[in-house]
Amino acid sequence: MSEGHQFSQYSEKVIDHFTNPRNLGEIKDADGVGEVGNAKCGDVMQLFIKVKDDKIEDAKFKTFGCCAAIATSSMITGMIKGKSLSQLNEVTNQAVAEALGGLPKTKLHCSVLAEDALKAAIGDYYQKRNTKK
Amino acid sequence: MKPTNFDHLSCTPILSEVREAMMPFLSEDIGNPLSRHIFGDRPRKAIEDARAKVAGLISASPEEIIFTSCGSESNNLALKGIAYANAKRRHIIASPIEHHSVIHPLKRLEKQGYEISWLRVDEKGRVSWKELTSLIRNDTALITVTSASNEIGTLEPIKEIGRIAQEKGVIFHTDAVACVGSVPIDVKEMNVDLLSIAGNVFYGPQGTGALYVKSGVMIFPLIEGGIQEGGLRAGTHNVAGIVGMGVAAQIAKEKLLERREYLLNLRDKLIKGILKTIPDCFLTGDQTNRLPNHASFCIKFIEGESILLHLNLKCIAGTSGSTCSSEALKVSHVLESIGIDPIWAQGSVVFTFGIDNRLDEVELFLKELPPIVDRLRMMSPLTKANNIEQFRYKK
Repeated sequence: MSEGHQFSQYSEKVIDHFTNPRNLGEIKDADGVGEVGNAKCGDVMQLFIKVKDDKIEDAKFKTFGCCAAIATSSMITGMIKGKSLSQLNEVTNQAVAEALGGLPKTKLHCSVLAEDALKAAIGDYYQKRNTKK
Repeated sequence: MKPTNFDHLSCTPILSEVREAMMPFLSEDIGNPLSRHIFGDRPRKAIEDARAKVAGLISASPEEIIFTSCGSESNNLALKGIAYANAKRRHIIASPIEHHSVIHPLKRLEKQGYEISWLRVDEKGRVSWKELTSLIRNDTALITVTSASNEIGTLEPIKEIGRIAQEKGVIFHTDAVACVGSVPIDVKEMNVDLLSIAGNVFYGPQGTGALYVKSGVMIFPLIEGGIQEGGLRAGTHNVAGIVGMGVAAQIAKEKLLERREYLLNLRDKLIKGILKTIPDCFLTGDQTNRLPNHASFCIKFIEGESILLHLNLKCIAGTSGSTCSSEALKVSHVLESIGIDPIWAQGSVVFTFGIDNRLDEVELFLKELPPIVDRLRMMSPLTKANNIEQFRYKK
């Protein structure tokens, strides 16, 4: 079986975002979608963004994965909402993990996944915008 | 709320009779069993008495029992002890669904030049004993097959394997940690040469284990030093622990059938209930030929650690073989070996019962689980309607 469980290592904030995730769902007419991870390894993150005047107007997520994956998805969507595209590079995996009051060492890759999902969503947004032009 | 322990293969509660029997050896009767003065007398007598009780549980003779510190140590001692005592034989046959405390020593032996042949298992987790004969070589030192995997609960054909091993003159070890106390074990009838057990899965204390080594079978010690345990396991005895395991073994033997019946009822109610109330969920391991206290499933489209954490918030304890619930971030090798799609293996949950569980706990659990599953499925991009193949590869 899995070698050692680690629920008790999660901060209260992680548990809060895990049990009451913010910004859960899909955006049907999203301007950018980022999808990272793979189900075989235990996590898939989908991040949807709506952009208006170079600002993140709305962000939502769907996540298959552990507590840390769900909590980081919830946290990152909240952190990027209202930010301008140029400010998004502040939203790093460390920033997300810190905002959650830290993550267990073995779970830090979940915050990397969240940052990757954001990058993928922005990449998708620029690509869609460029093809429109 | 009183917490519900559905993780008894990790640890069972200690029986009050066990605790009481241990207490004198944590207070007035402190002494080293090896001492030839008065302080050694009671501890020495107590561990020999415990040895007879542990032997009784598995129908062995007392001199065939070596006390260890846990099931993992028993497994390590069996595997390395046999390998090192038979240095010319460099081949071992093993099942791929062994506990880590068997797999990891085998991997080490492999690095040291031993060759390991892995037996096949079917999709129910039953080891293919029929191919055993064809795998046995002149230099086969050992066959090791678990009596039941703690992850899927399937009872293995130990008697059949033991018979072939005996006919071919190959030493046979079984890790019976998950079985002892809820399944009748008779080492003579099973034809096993070595058998591992742990006290903390049959209501004895943690930090206790034993290895049965059949008379005449030679092993090398892992811990060398004093002459404890016939020189095969040096180190001052854990007297209180051993005494506790002895009492637990005696009670386990007396109550084995009664406990079995009790646990079977809880198990079957839970399995039936889950399969009825949770769609897209399947049992892992064999439905009937399994440990009486074991129920394991894969719940599709969601991840095991998330399920367990939600259950934990409802004061219900279970375990999982998913990647994320493992410190090593690896999916369960047992689920992999029986051919379960790694995507579904992420939704693995395992529940193991004990005599302290009550039917109303199972009923409450069956009410608590479905909303948790629904909630997590609502969050998941994996759904029945979506083609899951699109999520299989790294993005």
